[in-house]
Amino acid sequence: MHGTASLKRTPLYAAHVGRGAKMVSFGGWEMPACYTGIIDEHTAVRARVGLFDISHMGEFLVAGPNAEATLNVLLTNDLCKTSVGQGQYTLLCNDTGGIIDDLIAYRVEPSVFLLVVNAANIEKDFTWMNVRTTKSIVLDNLSDQMAAVALQGPAATNVLPEAQGIPHFGIARLGILSQQCWVARTGYTGEDGFEIVCDAGDARTLWSALLERGQPFGIKPCGLGARDTLRLEMGYPLHGNDITEATTPLEAGLNKFVSFDKGDFIGRATLSGQRTAGVKRKLVAFKMTDKSPPPRPHYLIYVGDRTVGEITSGTQSPSLGTGVGLGYVEAGVAHAGTAIEIEIRGRRFPAVVEQKPLLKRNI
Amino acid sequence: MNIPKNLKYAKSHEWVRVEGNVAVVGITDHAQHEMTDVVYVETPTVDSRVEAGKECAVVESVKAASDIYAPVSGDVIAVNEELSGAPELLNEDPYGNGWIFKVKMSDPGEVDELLSPDDYAHHIGA
Repeated sequence: MHGTASLKRTPLYAAHVGRGAKMVSFGGWEMPACYTGIIDEHTAVRARVGLFDISHMGEFLVAGPNAEATLNVLLTNDLCKTSVGQGQYTLLCNDTGGIIDDLIAYRVEPSVFLLVVNAANIEKDFTWMNVRTTKSIVLDNLSDQMAAVALQGPAATNVLPEAQGIPHFGIARLGILSQQCWVARTGYTGEDGFEIVCDAGDARTLWSALLERGQPFGIKPCGLGARDTLRLEMGYPLHGNDITEATTPLEAGLNKFVSFDKGDFIGRATLSGQRTAGVKRKLVAFKMTDKSPPPRPHYLIYVGDRTVGEITSGTQSPSLGTGVGLGYVEAGVAHAGTAIEIEIRGRRFPAVVEQKPLLKRNI
Repeated sequence: MNIPKNLKYAKSHEWVRVEGNVAVVGITDHAQHEMTDVVYVETPTVDSRVEAGKECAVVESVKAASDIYAPVSGDVIAVNEELSGAPELLNEDPYGNGWIFKVKMSDPGEVDELLSPDDYAHHIGA
């Protein structure tokens, strides 16, 4: 066991420990890995509803007359396409198009944006944005004052009926049990649901109230273990594993979140070049086609006798009952249907490149 | 945590049930609880030789792969074939149907080096 002394804790830490959660270190935080079991929690989200603590994630507020133009230089997607109450998945890239972070930017007022960033990248993102902002804007890191939970699953609207009018990727300021929260119709599971950002001081009340409200619908508190299996079935990348500063949005297949029809933005030159010339490697989803140990990060991917790539995320899919993962492969073999092999402890196991999502959903 | 009195334990969380000169080996209730959701078990090969303290099998849960260490030395005379289709037996019945392999011990004295149930309970802080 490694020391956990330097890890940060969310306002829900005591609630997790009180429920017997197994705690793990993630992105500098001590977070619940699971409560009753990863498969159990995964199944609850796919079939009913689950509640996740995502307070480790960061929240920035960007405001002022120059906010939109500034963010459109810092981020790859085009915020001009959003109206008030809409969010957008986007990427923060470095000068060579490497992915510093992936995030959702919400336009909460005409000139006010809420950015939700990854836990491990909060300081790095904030510093980068500060340094690379040339015009006068308000840029505030609210991460320590805010907490957040994700309510995910087909029964999410039963638990939170007051939010059912919010469209996919929309956001609204709502009073839930007298707490004012930002409620977004987003998530990282492939299910319908909400991500709710509240004041850190309100988190415990909100957490308990949602679990209580969800009880008739079979709600379960869920940990990062299920969060990982759920997102992998959808083929959603995890920053730090599948996308890093050494990979670009085009290599990661995130082309539709890079807007070449807007003005200049950081990383544009490299990304334009890749767009014209094509990329050498691509991030693909795959699934094992035979009984095998679960694929794990860094296992090598083969076509015939040739190493064509490496896994960046892998697990046993509880919904599909087989190993699934993401990995970078040579562009020439990055097509759905390509037969590949994964080397696991010296043995090769058959797999196939698949279209994302690996698990087909109806939303 | 369930720690049966009739077994011996390794610090690395395997249990041993001695049947004459044969040792039946599995992982403890504590180990399966820590791993959660076992999805794949790579057993040793029948007739292969295992050495006390050396890795000889792998148990994979959804979240990670864990090495299993042979608690005693000897030749593997049987492996639990059921685990190939039902790895969850390690979670459901770690001391019974979730056994992993049987070793014909080359040095039965090694069993004395293993932990008693009380010592194992102390080891895991139970």
